[in-house]
Amino acid sequence: MEQLNGWFTELLSGNTIFTANTLSFYWGGLVTTVQLVFLCLLLGIVLAVPLAIGRGSKRRWIKLPIYAYTYVFRGTPLLIQLYLVYYGVVFFDGIQDSIFWVVFKQAFFPALIAFTLNTTAYTTEIFHGAIKNTAKGEIEAARAYGMSRKLMMRRIILPSAFRRALPAYGNEVIFMLHASAVASVVTIMDLTGAAYYVYARFYAPFDAFIFVALIYLCLTFSIMFVFRRLEKRLLAHLRPRGS
Amino acid sequence: MIDLQGYGPRLLEGALVTIELAVLSLILAVILGLLTASAKLSRNRLIHAVGTLYTTLVRGVPDLVLMMLLFYGGQIGINMLTDQLYYAFDIDIFINVNAFVAGVITIGLIFGAYMGETFRGAFQAVEEGQMEAARAYGMSPLLAFRHVRFPLMMRHALPGIGNNWMVLLKTTALVSIIGLTDMVRVAAEATKATHEPFMFMIPVAMVYLLIATLSEWGFAKLTKRYNTGFGESSEWNN
Repeated sequence: MEQLNGWFTELLSGNTIFTANTLSFYWGGLVTTVQLVFLCLLLGIVLAVPLAIGRGSKRRWIKLPIYAYTYVFRGTPLLIQLYLVYYGVVFFDGIQDSIFWVVFKQAFFPALIAFTLNTTAYTTEIFHGAIKNTAKGEIEAARAYGMSRKLMMRRIILPSAFRRALPAYGNEVIFMLHASAVASVVTIMDLTGAAYYVYARFYAPFDAFIFVALIYLCLTFSIMFVFRRLEKRLLAHLRPRGS
Repeated sequence: MIDLQGYGPRLLEGALVTIELAVLSLILAVILGLLTASAKLSRNRLIHAVGTLYTTLVRGVPDLVLMMLLFYGGQIGINMLTDQLYYAFDIDIFINVNAFVAGVITIGLIFGAYMGETFRGAFQAVEEGQMEAARAYGMSPLLAFRHVRFPLMMRHALPGIGNNWMVLLKTTALVSIIGLTDMVRVAAEATKATHEPFMFMIPVAMVYLLIATLSEWGFAKLTKRYNTGFGESSEWNN
């Protein structure tokens, strides 16, 4: 540990930009970015499953509002959605007097809401596509066993749809990680915000932004690696035999 | 009903900037994408490696970070370059990076990588038999590319190009952060001045939706055209 510490100090000595101080900024940014992305993805999955089922419903009054929601949120830039939530939250009557204001005063929660709304729209469409592509034979077999619609959804359709949705969902996770960079616009000190701070302070765009780009690259590759592993395990039954 | 408080004309100008920016970057992205696809399909290992490095790096980093790097770093980089020119060859020039040009170049560079992947897949999807037939007809390589490989490739590439265009259109909103006056920036300024976010952000969102809807319709027409001779549902099943 001491050796590592010494090596680290030596590495940083003579370096005016990457001092322990700025590195701690980047670290704080990394934590914020990961929290923001992880939370919005988690909420997004929870909300997207019922919405995706409703999106495939035969009843128009269920299907159409969900379609309108995904269409609007997938068709407009995340930045506008973020601005709308961030500047619009004060228009909810009485929010500034309620106990929630402690939470909404910080930019983190408006950003979390905007990101969640955005990723829910994309995830709903991904899951809906996967549910729609369920093999006819699986449904017929479930029906032949006398399963009710609910049971069939829970035991047959959803598990197989989740597996089929995995590659597209992996892309959505990476997309969300990259999109989260706009959080820096509403005063959140995420990774990009930290990089901008370092750039503005030292007027060193290359150092500040290339360093943060490398961190994002590492995160992207880690996510890709995890999803590759998951796909290999969960989609094993779809691979040709003997490979 | 809608009172834009005098921001109307500026919002309209901003909308034009958004559209110009999107179309010009799309053209740059298609050109870069075709170049990247041919680099990635090249047998030369060095060229292949350069193409792969470009697509991997660009697709692994957020658009906004790349934009900031190229936009804030671009001017410094160019200044350094012109300084070197001055010291080495006594050439004295000054290049000022125009925000619009910088925006087109960054978005073009970013989506060139995505287009490269799209075109590579599409080129690989063209059956070799078609090219053999073209050769058998005595077509020159250029003629065969123009009349056989390219139109056949486009059939496979169009859905991907359509997707990329939709993402590109939304990415143009990010240039408002680095200082270009597109419609998002005008709306953000108006919001800060008047404290009425819905009044300005919702019309801007509607313009994006309108462009997206129109282009969806346009791409459907194009897809139909490039699918001539392949039947309605031979390969696509939808």
